Amino acid sequence: MTTREITIQTEPFVVNIGPVHPSTHGVFRMRTILDGEVIVNMEPVFGYLHRGIEKLAEERTYGGCIPLTDRLDYLASMSNNFAYCLAVEKLAGIPLPLRAEYIRVIMAELQRIASHLIAVGAFLNDCGAFMTPIVYMIREREKILDLFDMVCGQRLTYNYMRVGGVSQDIPEEFIPALKKFLKEMPGWINEYDRLLKQNEILLARAKGVGILPKEMAINISASGPVLRASGVEWDIRKADPYSIYDRFEFDIPTGSAGDCYDRYRVKIEEMRQSLRIIEQALEGLPEGEVRSEVPHLIRPPVGEAYGHIEAPRGELGFYLVSDGSIAPYRFHVRAPTLINLTALNDMMKGWKVADLIIIFGSIDICLAEVDR
Amino acid sequence: MAMQILPPDWPGNYWAHWGIFTVIILVFVLLSVLAFIWFERRAMAIMQARLGPNRAGPFGLFQSAADALKVMIKEDIVPSRADKLVHWLAPVVAFVPVMMVFAVVPFQGGALLADLNVGVLYIVAISSVTVVGVFMGGWASNNKYSLLGAMRQIAAVVSYEIPVVLSLVGVIILTGSLSLQQIVQAQDIPFILVQPLGFLIFFIGALAEINRAPFDLMEADSELVAGYFIEYSGMKFGLFFLAEYAEALVVSALVTTLFLGGWRGPLLPDWLWFLVKVGAVFFVIVWIRTTVPRVRIDQLMALAWKFLFPLALINLLVTAVEILVWPELSLWVLVPINFAVMIILVLLWSKLFKLGWGRVDV
Repeated sequence: MTTREITIQTEPFVVNIGPVHPSTHGVFRMRTILDGEVIVNMEPVFGYLHRGIEKLAEERTYGGCIPLTDRLDYLASMSNNFAYCLAVEKLAGIPLPLRAEYIRVIMAELQRIASHLIAVGAFLNDCGAFMTPIVYMIREREKILDLFDMVCGQRLTYNYMRVGGVSQDIPEEFIPALKKFLKEMPGWINEYDRLLKQNEILLARAKGVGILPKEMAINISASGPVLRASGVEWDIRKADPYSIYDRFEFDIPTGSAGDCYDRYRVKIEEMRQSLRIIEQALEGLPEGEVRSEVPHLIRPPVGEAYGHIEAPRGELGFYLVSDGSIAPYRFHVRAPTLINLTALNDMMKGWKVADLIIIFGSIDICLAEVDR
Repeated sequence: MAMQILPPDWPGNYWAHWGIFTVIILVFVLLSVLAFIWFERRAMAIMQARLGPNRAGPFGLFQSAADALKVMIKEDIVPSRADKLVHWLAPVVAFVPVMMVFAVVPFQGGALLADLNVGVLYIVAISSVTVVGVFMGGWASNNKYSLLGAMRQIAAVVSYEIPVVLSLVGVIILTGSLSLQQIVQAQDIPFILVQPLGFLIFFIGALAEINRAPFDLMEADSELVAGYFIEYSGMKFGLFFLAEYAEALVVSALVTTLFLGGWRGPLLPDWLWFLVKVGAVFFVIVWIRTTVPRVRIDQLMALAWKFLFPLALINLLVTAVEILVWPELSLWVLVPINFAVMIILVLLWSKLFKLGWGRVDV
């Protein structure tokens, strides 16, 4: 009997993952070329959520732009407010009362926890841990939203910070509620860890998958947990301390491999660090005004300013150019998620469809900010 | 049951038995599936700090019935480029074999449609047909997601059939019969104690075959949206859904029959024991689903061929040697021996695996 070599003709095929897909966290489209299950090439297509926020802002007063920033990264509105107000204050040289600084820090760190909860929950959900982690994490996020509800009456788009302070002082019931939250939250974070930290399947799925090497992370100017998971100790709160971050003690958690698992662990650790910062800020919270005297229509001197903060998803910067009028001449957002997405194709090549989903999930993007 | 109502020498007995049990199986499967769906949603909701369906009827009991009604009156959409005939046929091909399996499952002593003397073989053969329906559905839909899901399903079933069947052979050696009725009667102690490794392999393999978590990557909702039935709607989708839960019911019933002593148990009536055990096994399946993430297709294959398959072979060998060497020995003596064998083997094999870095290596 002779053996006959049989070669099967195969060819790669194109799969459009998204824009409507449960795991694209919004309307993101990945035009993927697959060879069986293996990814040959991935081409990101976005812009489905473009609302022209940068152009809209040029038509508004400096104060009137704050609600627009809420709509950028809607999972971290407080951070967006913070970064924008910081840029305007830098541009116009507006001083800030100390109490407002402390309140801003507390809000920004609470927002970081809330945002990371969604990010980690969604990532684990993408890994296939059906609903359990994300529902647990939404349960805790809800408590943070309740706190925000107390201070500004909103649960998603807060519009809380103002140029020169915050819109109103925190109410009486806020401090006890926050203290209760600070006491309970570490236990909940431990609960998430007990559920899945050392799970064999999660380790097999996430460890070593979607590696972003240190050099590439720096080259694409990635920031936030994505950069830190690759082993770079870079956090704007330490590297260029804005507001009053130089007064607090906290660590920068970093990963070593830069894989999906590290990105997940870094976010969990950052939640713990944020709790530390809030505790210190709560101790040092001074009495006094929460808003300095600012004219209704701010006319900053001609010039430009760049205010950046460590938002939950990375370095969020607002670049403002003033021509001396009441509206910004140019309003540019340095969106961390858009820049973190740059290396997506390199991270995904050679992995399988199932990995594509978790790599994408681990970068933790918010399409409203990517498309603006 | 039917036997007692009619005189044993009545000539229509055969057909009466056949008819009555067909109705019983239909009602049992459909009702259990509705109950399972409700149970899964409620149990998962409680585990996940949610409420779950609680509006339709007491404790939301009628939710599944309402869903079934909705599915039946929905429009049936067929993609324009679909292979119409295959698309229509696929849910039927997927659903019918699952029902047929119940023909040999004893609900209590003597209460089964057909006490085949090749019962286990029949189940193994018939339950594999479902995958043909799944692939027909995935192929005929003319959708890349459904094709990927169907390909994964074929790969999983082809790999997992082997360890599952091998793990059953241990039970058959202990009983000396392929009839499910006799297997239950032979279980003076539940075979889960005598065949712990066989149970483990069967349960893991069965989970993979019926697409339950953590092996639900054929319909992975976060990757392939719904897998092979993505293009189905209306009652065709309903049939796929029914088949899926009926498969879970089959696995629960088989685990009950083969490893947990079937209908046997103290105090309660036999049929109730059967239902309680089936419910308990299904609860474990739901529990696993709420807890663990999903594996990847290559990890699924690796687990089948590098972990379950060798262990199933060794289990078969150990059982055969035990029965051959000590044919007269009480099964109780085998319990500690087999548990020790299982623990040693599982630990040993776990050491051989290098987890992480995206792959499972041996």
